[in-house]
Amino acid sequence: MALDRWIALTVLLVALVYGYAAFFTMDASLPPFMQRNPVWPSTFPKVLSVLTILVALSILLGLEKSEYNPGEGDVDYRRLGDYKVGQAVFFLALMVLYALTLRSAGFLVSTVVFLVAGSFLLGERRWHLMIPVSLLAAGGIWYLVQEVLGIFLRPLPFFMGV
Amino acid sequence: MLEGILMGLNTAISPGNLLMVIGGCLIGTFIGMLPGLGPMSIIAIMIPVAISIGDPSAALILLAGVYYGAIFGGSTSSILINAPGVASTVATSFDGYPLARQGKAGKALTVAAIASFCGGTIGAVLLMIFAPSLASVALLFHSAEYFALMVVGLSAIAAFAGSGNVGKALLMTLLGLILSTVGEGALFNAPRFTMGILDLQSGIGFITLAMAMFALPEAMYLVLDPRRSDNDGGGEIKDLRITRAEARSIAPVIGRQSIQGFLIGVLPGAGATIASFLGYAVERNIAPKAEQEEFGKGSLKGLAAPESANNAAATGSFVPLLTLGIPGSGTTAILLGALIALNVTPGPRLLVDEPQIFWSVIISMYIGNVVLLVLNLPLIPYIAKVLAVPRTFLIPFILFFTLMGAYIGQNNATELLMLVGFGICATILRFANYPLAPLLIGFILGQMLEDNFSRSMQLEGGIGFILERPMTMGLLAFAVLLVVLPAWRSRRQRAGEMPEGD
Repeated sequence: MALDRWIALTVLLVALVYGYAAFFTMDASLPPFMQRNPVWPSTFPKVLSVLTILVALSILLGLEKSEYNPGEGDVDYRRLGDYKVGQAVFFLALMVLYALTLRSAGFLVSTVVFLVAGSFLLGERRWHLMIPVSLLAAGGIWYLVQEVLGIFLRPLPFFMGV
Repeated sequence: MLEGILMGLNTAISPGNLLMVIGGCLIGTFIGMLPGLGPMSIIAIMIPVAISIGDPSAALILLAGVYYGAIFGGSTSSILINAPGVASTVATSFDGYPLARQGKAGKALTVAAIASFCGGTIGAVLLMIFAPSLASVALLFHSAEYFALMVVGLSAIAAFAGSGNVGKALLMTLLGLILSTVGEGALFNAPRFTMGILDLQSGIGFITLAMAMFALPEAMYLVLDPRRSDNDGGGEIKDLRITRAEARSIAPVIGRQSIQGFLIGVLPGAGATIASFLGYAVERNIAPKAEQEEFGKGSLKGLAAPESANNAAATGSFVPLLTLGIPGSGTTAILLGALIALNVTPGPRLLVDEPQIFWSVIISMYIGNVVLLVLNLPLIPYIAKVLAVPRTFLIPFILFFTLMGAYIGQNNATELLMLVGFGICATILRFANYPLAPLLIGFILGQMLEDNFSRSMQLEGGIGFILERPMTMGLLAFAVLLVVLPAWRSRRQRAGEMPEGD
């Protein structure tokens, strides 16, 4: 089964769960006065779930002719091994790490670590460039966001003041 | 109309707003040139900046400037390094890159800039003529018609997705609508589908979703496939002049393609992309035999056609946004989200309630085009230096900007985890050729769609509103037709191809 059908199957499952929630779990807690309304909070989701199930099924059953031919420059998922999947996964992990440490380690530290680690991962070894560039970028963006845009960003780790 | 133009001029010419246009164009060109960052990602990154400006006219002027700049920057990278950042500039690289290889990069950039300028300006004139009359018709619509109109818009986007992709586009639209029901709606003060997660109470952030749908997969593609960001820095750019004869030969092409591009751009769906490919094809077909040979090998006409068409289409895509409040493309969907965040609801009332926003946007389109031609073009040789940044620095920075865009919009670190999660899903969806713009458009329209649906249900006391209002029924029938027709046709085609007894 091709990837697009697997995706359709996944969406179908999502729509089934969503539809179950809309049809069977939402109406019970509705206050009586709202039950007299012609439209309930669950009305629109019900319609959506039914439509989504129908469309997902039509893709799953191949009702519409579709061919997979990646254009030039597109990533062909059937030859995923030829691409730098490891690096991509590392980047995703790095982004999760960044999200988790942004508050506790502070903006400056986590940003510098993120940028340096990212460059390192891609094969950059010129430390004398990597570190100043990321320090400058982290400092500059912090200044822009905090002072110009006025959005609070904790610059330093939690144990060093605000 | 004259009154409106004057009002727009008054707003747009103020020093602050002029600065917004110029700054927006420069930022847009600069970032748009980077491989992998298209107009959609750039606008999504700029939204927090725009929102913090506070004044909706200024914010929209900034974003519109960024939009033009990004399109222009995308053309520049198509011409110089054959790396179109967005689908709508792919056709530009057909003739632009050969020209650059022949050492005529400067000439190609000038032609592209002039074509973009004319396309954008003619588009803006047409927008000025069309939009007010369309808006006055749209004022007659009730919520039932609005609901139906949005359904038509959403199904048109699916229908124009190309053969074999209608179902996929439709599925993505529905998924976007489903995502939009997460959180607390305006009509019912009870959270829905939050699964008890507090961070979902206010719904999914649209900037997060926009970043996850466009910027993140593109960055992942850059990581996965090093060839995507391969370049030699673009080489030397010199001699930006074109001759009088060349100008005369491309003038009719620009005129035709600007009008054609605008009309295609007004239709919801992949406006600018279709417009640029169609413009290229049309011009190749009507060119004299001798010049047809030139196409694909560095024809100036072949460069001017897609450039003027895609800019005119980009302007055209503002028509449904400003008059109906229905975005027809991913970019205008993001702009709509930004406007809602700024407490402006685009739609027919915009022209009545806040005409200064409407007109200042249109005037800023002219100014933006002038800025691109006068200021950006001479600066291009310097801006193009950014293409020489090695990918080891470029990619971490692109990802960092993506993260920052999502973070400062919501000031919530959980948003970043959602960004990564959605981003992974979007990358997988892109692998399988699922279009992602319909998801975002569905997500942004979801709330309005449900509100209008509920309102008409409540006014008519049930689903009967569809039957009682002929216009609503007609529009809905049209929507169904739009979706079913391409699928049915491709099935018939397939049935015709199959041998007997199969």
